[in-house]
Amino acid sequence: MQISGAQMVIEALIAENVTTVFGYPGGAIMNVYDEIYKQEGFEHILTRHEQAAIHAAEGYAKVTGKVGVAMITSGPGFTNAVTGLADAYMDSIPLVVISGQVPMSLIGTDAFQEIDAVGISRACTKHNYLVTDAKDLPRILKEAFYIAASGRPGPVHVDIPKDVTAQIEEFVYPENVDIPTYKPTVKGNKRQIKKAVEAIAEAKRPLFYLGGGVINSNAAEEVRAFVKQTGIPAVETFMARGTLRYDDPLLISMLGMHGSYAANMAMSETDLVIALGARFDDRVTGKLSEFAKHAGIIHVDIDPASISKLVNADYPIVGDVKGVVAEMIELAKEQVDPKRYLPWLETVDHFDKLHPLRYIEDTDRIKPQWVIERVGELLGDDANISTDVGQHQMWTAQFYPFTRPRQWVSSGGLGTMGFGFPAALGVKRGAMDKISINFTGDGSILMNIQELMTAVEKKLPVINIILNNNYLGMVRQWQTLFYNKRHSETDLSMQPDFVMLAESFGGVGYRVSTKEEFDAALKDAVEKNVVAIIDVKVERLENVLPMVPSGGSLFNMMLLENKES
Amino acid sequence: MQEERRVISVIVANEASALSRISGLFSARGYNVVSLTVAPIPESDYSRLTIVTVGSVRVIEQITKQLHKLIPVLRVSDTQEMIEKEMVLTKFPITEDLNNISVLANAYNGKIVNVGTDTIIVMIADEPKRVEHFLTAIRRYHPLEIVRGGTVAVDR
Ligand SMILES: Cc1ncc(C[n+]2csc(CCOP(=O)(O)OP(=O)(O)O)c2C)c(N)n1
Repeated sequence: MQISGAQMVIEALIAENVTTVFGYPGGAIMNVYDEIYKQEGFEHILTRHEQAAIHAAEGYAKVTGKVGVAMITSGPGFTNAVTGLADAYMDSIPLVVISGQVPMSLIGTDAFQEIDAVGISRACTKHNYLVTDAKDLPRILKEAFYIAASGRPGPVHVDIPKDVTAQIEEFVYPENVDIPTYKPTVKGNKRQIKKAVEAIAEAKRPLFYLGGGVINSNAAEEVRAFVKQTGIPAVETFMARGTLRYDDPLLISMLGMHGSYAANMAMSETDLVIALGARFDDRVTGKLSEFAKHAGIIHVDIDPASISKLVNADYPIVGDVKGVVAEMIELAKEQVDPKRYLPWLETVDHFDKLHPLRYIEDTDRIKPQWVIERVGELLGDDANISTDVGQHQMWTAQFYPFTRPRQWVSSGGLGTMGFGFPAALGVKRGAMDKISINFTGDGSILMNIQELMTAVEKKLPVINIILNNNYLGMVRQWQTLFYNKRHSETDLSMQPDFVMLAESFGGVGYRVSTKEEFDAALKDAVEKNVVAIIDVKVERLENVLPMVPSGGSLFNMMLLENKES
Repeated sequence: MQEERRVISVIVANEASALSRISGLFSARGYNVVSLTVAPIPESDYSRLTIVTVGSVRVIEQITKQLHKLIPVLRVSDTQEMIEKEMVLTKFPITEDLNNISVLANAYNGKIVNVGTDTIIVMIADEPKRVEHFLTAIRRYHPLEIVRGGTVAVDR
């Protein structure tokens, strides 16, 4: 079949079973958009900013487990998308991002809207391509989807000059990928797995340390079974929320900078860390030399470079968590006796009773944590939860009752304000049967507020709940604690009218300052199934606690009990 | 932690961006590059890069793992069992003691490769440590220009 490069892009997307593409057109990608106009193979969702197109594709990929796809033009279109690429790279989200480029003859001439896109994206993608001949397009697109989804997933960027999208060539979409230099190790080493299970059987105080890799590898089911079978307690990273049900008796909650006292103490006291798909991020470990000081370390990860990068692994296992855990389950049947860990569970329970994760209620003003718990009570499993970045994000990770993997979508590695709302659009598109809630801050929501238009136009009823503290709260908290309350440039007393703002785009706005009003607003928004902003006035000076000051040790936490006001 | 010098040999698919991917990795992650040489491997679709770097054991291990993660990289080896050579071209004023220079070059697997009206050019090829010795030894003959080629290495 003789077709243009632009048509090849479309054919490839259809061949990859892509049903949804997020994007924004422009000169260099117009040939492809001209083909999009003609076809019905997938839905194109026009976001109102390229960064949002990438975040939406991320949300979609997260919730569906598929590869997210976005399309953008050259120059400013591409540079607008860079934050999204970096975000997806840090959180290992599989994306294929296709950008237009100026024609080959103009590359290198500082042409209108030219930028060295592959030069820029090299630093924030798993791989990238500049396509110089349409003959290579089918192979490259096939490879792009394969690389994005396999091994440690990540974004792949394909930059296509305008003349290449116009070039007419024979099109045969390859069935298989053959990249001799890229063979990710999926199966864990049998001997190492055996040794690891022996170590578990011998440990007295083992602890599961579950990371985002568990979700990425669709291993939550196996991990749940393994935790149950062994009777070993587990802590989750921020990225792993939802791996275990919130009410699983063996889940101690989140660890790290804003983890619970019990989770961080368990990590400090354990004698064997069983790290699954976790990367020992500095926000998790705190001071490295004090992290799990008394413990041996089992580390299972698909990415060899993650193993022993920061903390030396005694039992390194390179492989896909899902398969490795399935093998461990078989071996553990014989060897591991859950009764052995009962005294350890008592210790953990004691930690939890000593300083449970909680907040202090206030009769006058709504506490932000209350809002999150309340949404959990009212919607629970029926909602998928996204967040922006800041205090509201940490409170959501702490207090929302997550029941399943892929219910939780948030920017972990890069911490991108403006992520939440567009990601929630993608989440909604990927799971229309669930309510899509975005917890956001009065700072973050303004970073991609224009997506109200996309949501209204495409009937993607995301409910944005602003935990409005009139501050860049998280930065304000650090200023309070570490800069002697010098609140430099974090006061957001000046605000738009969020209700009018929502309504001006054709959505619905609610202003809420009591609990009753909140319940009513949420109920109304859910029933009406509309794009909404619920602007909740919350206590201004609330801090996220507990907290491990940056670089401190996990066992040295600032607790609620001795908080500053 | 103890810093050590290590030679890393990388086999990489011949594609336009391979070299920038590798050099980008070093700059982005703050790894040291002492020298880097690259050339196509005859009758193949691959090139070989030889990178000399300095770092702690952990850093060197990260470098090899991160290199391996790059999609076009086929193989990375950092055995300490490498035969290493480096080529150096040096230009001297013709007024210097050519006999002594020639003897010196001989001692370091080299010779005079060009004689002009004002200058002569000497080439040597030897192990990096011996190259250092050579460069010290020739100082007294007032070299005008020294061009080091970077290390190439092969597994023993
Ligand atoms: C794009 C971007 N710019 C700056 C920051 C730094 N930052 C982290 S949290 C935060 C404050 C967020 O404020 P808000 O959205 O109101 O949420 P709150 O903390 O009040 O819940 C800032 C500025 C960031 N993470 N991302």
